[in-house]
Amino acid sequence: MENIAGTRARLVWAVNLSVIALVLLWIIPTVGLLVSSFRDRDQIVTSGWWKALFPSEQNIVVRSPPPEFQIEENGNYVISGNVFGDEDGEVIAFGSSSKSPASHRPGETSPMTKGREMTVDAEGNYRISSEEPFSGRRGIRVFATTRQPPNFTVENYETVIFAEGIGQSFINTFSVTVPATVIPILIAAFAAYALAWMEFPGRAILVAVVVGLLVVPLQLALIPLLKLHNTVGLGKGYFGIWLAHTGFGLPLAIYLLRNYIAGLPGEIIESARVDGATDFEIFRRIVLPLSFPALASFAIFQFLWVWNDLLVATVFLGHNEEQLVMTARLRELLGSRGGDWEILAASAFVSIAVPLVVFFSLQKYLVRGLLAGSVKGG
Amino acid sequence: MTQVLLAIFTIVAGVFGCVLYFYLSNLILDRLFPPRGPDAGRNINRAMAIRPWLFLGPAIVILSVYLVYPVFNSVWLSFHDAAGDEFVGFDNYLWLVGDGKFRESIRNNILWLIVVPAASTFFGLVAAALTDRIRWGNLAKSMVFMPMAISFIGAAVIWKFIYDYRGEGSSEIGLLNAAMRLLSLESQPWLTLAPGNNFLLMVVLVWIQTGFAMVILSAALRGIPEETIEAAILDGASPLQTFFKIKVPQIWGTIAVVWTTITILVLKVFDIVLAMTNGQWGSQVLANLMFDWMFRGNDTGRASTVAIVIMILVTPIMIWNIRNARNER
Repeated sequence: MENIAGTRARLVWAVNLSVIALVLLWIIPTVGLLVSSFRDRDQIVTSGWWKALFPSEQNIVVRSPPPEFQIEENGNYVISGNVFGDEDGEVIAFGSSSKSPASHRPGETSPMTKGREMTVDAEGNYRISSEEPFSGRRGIRVFATTRQPPNFTVENYETVIFAEGIGQSFINTFSVTVPATVIPILIAAFAAYALAWMEFPGRAILVAVVVGLLVVPLQLALIPLLKLHNTVGLGKGYFGIWLAHTGFGLPLAIYLLRNYIAGLPGEIIESARVDGATDFEIFRRIVLPLSFPALASFAIFQFLWVWNDLLVATVFLGHNEEQLVMTARLRELLGSRGGDWEILAASAFVSIAVPLVVFFSLQKYLVRGLLAGSVKGG
Repeated sequence: MTQVLLAIFTIVAGVFGCVLYFYLSNLILDRLFPPRGPDAGRNINRAMAIRPWLFLGPAIVILSVYLVYPVFNSVWLSFHDAAGDEFVGFDNYLWLVGDGKFRESIRNNILWLIVVPAASTFFGLVAAALTDRIRWGNLAKSMVFMPMAISFIGAAVIWKFIYDYRGEGSSEIGLLNAAMRLLSLESQPWLTLAPGNNFLLMVVLVWIQTGFAMVILSAALRGIPEETIEAAILDGASPLQTFFKIKVPQIWGTIAVVWTTITILVLKVFDIVLAMTNGQWGSQVLANLMFDWMFRGNDTGRASTVAIVIMILVTPIMIWNIRNARNER
């Protein structure tokens, strides 16, 4: 109906362009940090990450080897070397003094004081020659404008994983996340089945309570629970945080699963009952297998939420090597290494990597869960 | 490595324990009231009355301890002193009303509550409407949705890098200040400039939440009956008119759900502020204020009082949600 010729073509263009703009706007922040995580410290502070994708022009100063390395060639004394050391690059201009650091093009010869001469070729090889022997202890400065190809390194990742403790924190986060994801599912599934398919007084009130608990702010729970954990001797540690995450995840788990399980066809369950199956059998043989999509949805939610959580981890875990999770470590690095973007960028991406993989591989279930949780009731 | 083993052990023990609990408790119930023999009818009825509570038991215990009890305990704590020993009446609440940081937090939270849900829902609606019309829409959706997977603290690092400030004489590596330089304007230490810094923090949450709004609104848009749209087009409505006058009014319910969900999240937002400004430079919010009094102030009374304020702000939405859920049946 919308294809009134002409207007439609233009509209399609406009829509495509706006979506491209939107997508760029949304991914550029992440891309910026990702690119930076592969650059070394000097590159990050001297030029913006968007320049890293293209060859960069830089003004560099290199000091030649000291005079003791001079060689005598045909009556001339020569000191030589390469401005790039071992790296790749191209010299665009060079000079022999700080007043005119780019006065000559590669291949030309720049005259210097005391009858010396300097020449630099495009590959960066320089040659300083003199009729008199060089003296003194320091080398001679070579000024060059260079163009260097994009240069990426994984060194930052090595640093943060092994030296900055992100590796250990990764293990810690994993130890928190997996049990805190698995345990609530089982507990919630049984409760959800009871709320969906069993008759008992107070059922409606319980459902209302669960819906109400969905929005209780965590902030409210922290202090009382910390005190409680200390009183019963749980203190700060993994058991405490597993229990806490289980508690905080349960309302959503019960709510999502109840909605889903209540939507299962009643005939199947009724006919199983008539055939003499107990509720436990119905749950195990029929409801649980059929609810797999809902279980997966919740598992992804809970996994992402626990993995990304900072608040609960700060409160219920200690502040030592064995208990510092990645989000907490990242927060600490933001304080102590605030300007060291190479460290921060690499650390952030180590912590983001797993959720992103989960997200992209299981997006279908995540979307399904969101829809079940929000479109229906809220 | 020990904690990895501990974690594996806990998973196995936890799962096994749960299964064992449900299995054994059901078995015992069946033994106590066998659905056979002379009393079969009465036994079945009794078992049916008890079984739901076996299924619900663990959930009720955990929910009571981890969510219900803390609500009441927090109320109690808010009427007590820093250590939670002495009853102080309304002192904490009186202190709160007079506290400058609290007023600042309330002001900022109101700003957050207006801007973030509105902006996220708006961008989400636009993104949903646009991506549904193109062939690579699903890919585009994934990209906009992606920040949902990133932790608030990770997002804070990402955006702090964008707002980075180097100052006069060095090249700006933050995107925002580089853009300022490109326009021959002076670069600014953005995060320290009140009240604008609040909006820069909100951008982060909008960036995260737009994907959520988009996914849900997109599903709602697709659920609109075709006939209404066809009728509008036949009557000569332009695409924009169709969108705003036919489609949007039909998904008001879903928009409200998205709006309230993000509103609740906003009230609890904490990591972003903690990581980017820690409430300095006029950017404090309630959740971070509470955290501050809990950890740095070591004052459970005041921290609980702030938490109660957050709870009170959430309550209307809670009631609305419960009423909605009940109306469904």
